[in-house]
Formats: sequence, structure tokens, C-alpha cells
Amino acid sequence: MTSGVDTETFAQIQEAVRRFTMERLIPAEREVEETDTVPAAIVQEMKDLGLFGLSIPQEFGGVGLSLSQEVAVIAEVAQAALAFRSVFGTNVGIGSQGIVIDGTDEQKAEWLPKLATGEATASFALTEPDAGSDAGGLRTRAVRDGDTYVINGAKRYITNSDSATILCLMARTDPDRKGAAGISAFIIPTDTPGITIGKPDKKMGQRGTRTCDITLADVRVPAANMIGGDALVNQGFKTAMKVLDRGRIHMSALAIGQSRRAINEALAYAADRKQFGQEIANFQLVQALLADSQAELYASECMANDAAARFDRGEAIPQQAACAKMFATEACGRIADRAVQIFGGAGYMVEYPVERIYRDVRLMRIYEGTTQIQQLIIAKQMLKRQAAGEKL
Amino acid sequence: MKVLVPVKRVVDYNVKIRVKPDQTGVETANVKMSMNPFDEIAVEQAVRLKEAGTATEIVAVSIGPTQSQETIRTALAMGADRGILVEADADVEPLAIAKMLKAIVEKEGPELVLLGKQAIDDDSNQTGQMLAALMGWPQATFASKVEMKDGSMDVTREVDGGLETINVKLPAALTVDLRLNEPRYASLPNIMKAKKKPIDTMSPADLGVEPAKRLEVLKVVEPEKRQGGAKVESVAELVDKLKNEAKVI
Repeated sequence: MTSGVDTETFAQIQEAVRRFTMERLIPAEREVEETDTVPAAIVQEMKDLGLFGLSIPQEFGGVGLSLSQEVAVIAEVAQAALAFRSVFGTNVGIGSQGIVIDGTDEQKAEWLPKLATGEATASFALTEPDAGSDAGGLRTRAVRDGDTYVINGAKRYITNSDSATILCLMARTDPDRKGAAGISAFIIPTDTPGITIGKPDKKMGQRGTRTCDITLADVRVPAANMIGGDALVNQGFKTAMKVLDRGRIHMSALAIGQSRRAINEALAYAADRKQFGQEIANFQLVQALLADSQAELYASECMANDAAARFDRGEAIPQQAACAKMFATEACGRIADRAVQIFGGAGYMVEYPVERIYRDVRLMRIYEGTTQIQQLIIAKQMLKRQAAGEKL
Repeated sequence: MKVLVPVKRVVDYNVKIRVKPDQTGVETANVKMSMNPFDEIAVEQAVRLKEAGTATEIVAVSIGPTQSQETIRTALAMGADRGILVEADADVEPLAIAKMLKAIVEKEGPELVLLGKQAIDDDSNQTGQMLAALMGWPQATFASKVEMKDGSMDVTREVDGGLETINVKLPAALTVDLRLNEPRYASLPNIMKAKKKPIDTMSPADLGVEPAKRLEVLKVVEPEKRQGGAKVESVAELVDKLKNEAKVI
């Protein structure tokens, strides 16, 4: 049960974030696109505002939003280019939540206050060169040696790893157990000897975000760095899945933000652009594109809000989270595509934001679980229901 | 030094203003409201004075409907220490506002009252000046730069002819202009802390002021729609139009 902050205070928080997004982030989009970097001054402003601590409990200095509130705030920030959200996204989402959900009291006390202010940043390191959708097949090994673990392996496409203070890293602690069993989660400071962070990847879109490969060669960390301590040895995959369940709702919010932006841009353009002697918004074929987008956005909002409310009530939501993530990100892809179509030739030009949105949102159907993985999760829940003889 | 900052709840500056069909005023129902932008600058200046160690306490005051409490909360989130809400109608006139502020000033004893130069709803630009007159205090209006001295302040004012710098003795009323500073964003942790800061609520009667109406609004109308431009074929046609249609030459 997570109640978050009270309604009146939350209204002010949402308004502050909306204003910051409109006045500071959106005007800086072009610079981010051209320099492939979020300006340091804006990163500092995001820290000062408190965005790094949105989901971290108040007792550790965070804002302590409920997931429903996080959805609303992230949808505001995600109206701006996705690079901005990415800067603090790993602290709010997958990087920190392993510690919030399963960390020991000592781990929480040590890291959460620093993560809340942005003094420390966290990356989530699960994916490997040979373990993407098959996350349970990861090969990075952690071998116990007295009071320490020695870790060897490689990680791929790890967001914010070039600036991260710590990695929330999954490694196999029991080589005799294949698949998800036998994996543990570790907190690994990036300044530990043996860690090499590769050059940032060159990507199709989301310029200004940083993903890198990581190699670990005889990286030695105290055994106390295992998330949840010895009690959770070989349980790390469960931690990762809890983190990703929550992360999927966060992703839906991201898709909602970008969908709203694409619709706003397309609607404003359609109301202004004249062809055949009148605004193209008057044409029914253009109206059909706009209406389909609006309806799909509304469906995405309803799903994300419902799933988040269930999560906040303490329900297990693997199916709802997967449905929301799949639908909202796929819908966002279609909405961005229609926005480009409404802009016509102009939509293909880099001077209009819909060109960037079209490229940026493509990733959302892939990361934090591809659409196909979401389909498998949904179907698995359905088949369980069938086996149990339950009907909807 | 205690600083008092009056803040007004107005229609948000991003909202496109619509005139009520009966021409009695502008539409405020279901319209986004926020703190008058000039008042935000005044709050920011007060917070900077506190950060510099000059101000010791900042009291934010709002006179208006119950919801003006939200405006006070915004000031508290930016760094004011406590609030005073005087619950009154939304359309109290500047003189009544100034009288109520005078009563609060006499009770609170601030050395400086920092006000926005005007509110963006009625653009009266009177409250600061009236308060100074009622108090018998010096006033410095349209400030674009303020430098605190011992017992006085140097204020640079934006006047028609350029910039004028004056020295006024404290206590004083200071009204701030757009270029004085860039107000900060209230941080999310500070928004949460603001919830715990105290707000006193009172009525105009508590301050001994009867907000009587002295002004009568005859009507409020939209500005005339701007006519679209036209292209002329020749210089001769332009001159003809300037002479006979626009009658400017």
C-alpha cells in the first residue's frame, strides 16, 4: 500500500514539474539533439528540483511518490525529449528500485539518500551481449571468496553507466542452476578496480542519452553488497522482475508523455497549415488520424492509471503492467507515425520535433522488455488462469 | 530584518483571457490561477535577502478567496517562512488592500515590504504606492536592482528616460519590476516542507478594514480584432491609401 504525498501537495508538485518541462526542457531540446548531451546546467537544475528522488521514500530524503503519482509526473517530463527523463530515469526507476524493494536497512541508509538528491546515480545492469530477452541466460559470474564476491563478465547497453556511481548488477552465483534461479543482485560502485566502461553507443535516436558496454574483470566487492544480503542469495532474478514490473508502468508513462506531445504538435500544425484554401484540420482524413491518436492515448492513460492504482493497493500486476507497457508504447509508435504523416514533407525535416519523436519513441517498444516479451508474459498469465479453471 | 511580501492569486499568465459575455469582467471560472509573476519576483528577492543574511524572516500575505492559500503555499515553497491569509472577495480594490496591508505591517513590524509593481489581472499599479503613503514611508518603485546598505537601500528604477538610482531609508515599500531577478523553481522537497509551515487566517474585519467599493466598472470589452494586412501594387497606391484611408499623411 503506497499512498504517496497528499493531493494538494501533489498538485503543486505536478504543476512545478509541468512548468519546468515547458520553460526549461522543451526550449533546450535542439541543443541536446545537436550536442548529443544534456547540458550540465540542466542536469543540476533537475537535481535541485528533486527529480532524482521522485520514487525514493521520504524517510530517505526522496519525494516518495506513489506509482500513480509517478505516472502523472513522468508523463509531464516526457513531453520533452526523452533524453531529459533518461538522466534521472535510472535513479527513479530500475537503478534504485532494487535497493528500495529488496535492499537491507544498511544498503538503504547508505545509498537511498544520495540517490534521492542525485549526488549518486545508479544504473541497472542486467542485459549482456548474449542475454537480452533471455535475461535468465546471463553469464556474468560472481564467485564467493571469504567475505567477498569476485565478479567477471560483460554487460551491454547499460543506460547512464558512464556517469553512474553504482551499478545494480545481476550475476550468476550458482553455476549449477541454469536460467533465472542461481542469479543474485549486487550493488557495485563503479570505481571498483576491474570495471571498464566502454564508449557510449551510437543510436538511432534518443540523442543525449548514454548507453555503454561494461566489462568486469576480477571485480571484488564485499559480500554485504548483495542486495538483500545473504538471505537473498540466488534470488536476484526475482528482485529484477519486481523492479521491471514497476518499470513497465514507468515506461507506459513515458509513452503517454511522448504521445501527448506528438498529438499537440500534430494538432497545432493541422490547425495552422493550409491546403486547398483551408486549414488541413478541416479535412476528414486528417481528422481521422487525429481521432485515432486521441483514442489510443486515452486507452494508454486508462491502462497505466489502473495498473498503477492496483500496484499502489498492493496487488501483483504482472499482466496489467505488461499490457500497459505493450499497448502504450506500441500506440505511441503509431501516434508518432501519424504525427509525421499530418506534417507531410515537413514531418521528415529535422527542424520539426515530430521527426525526432518518431525516432526516439522507437526504442520504447524494445527496452525494458520487448513487445514480444510482454506478449509472452500476458499469455503466460492467461494460460495459468486456464489451468486453474478461472474465467474472466 | 523582517520582510513582508504580499502575493496575489491571478489568472495564470499562460491563459488566454476571455471576457465574460455580460461585459462585467474576465472569465475566472475553471481557469488556471497562479501567483502574479511580479509577486514571484518579489518573493525571490526576499529569499535572496534571507540567503545573504540580510533578512531574518519572510512573511507572505495574500488577500483574496480561500484558494489564495495555494498562492501562499507557493511562496512558502520558494522560501518564505510563514503566511497570512486575509479571506476576502477576489475584487478588493487597491486602497482597501493597502489599508489591510498597513494593519498587518503595524502588527508584524517589517522593515521592508516587497511587492510586485502591479498585478497582471487589473494592472492597477497602486498598492505599493498607497501602502507607502498610508505608512508615511519612503517608496521605491519599478526596481530592477537593489543594493542593501546599513539602514537604507540603493534602488535602481526603470523609468521612461532610462535608469534612475535612488537611496531610500528603511523601513520602506519596494515594488519590483521584471528584470530584477529570475524567480527560482520551488523544489519538490521544499513544496512538501511548505505544507508544514504555518498560515494564519483572518478577515478584513479582524484588521479593522471595511473593503468598501469606491470604483465602478462600467464595462470590460475585448480589444478590437486586428485587421489583416494588404498588399499594394505600387508606391502611388500606397501613398493614396495612407492619405485617404489611413489619413496619416
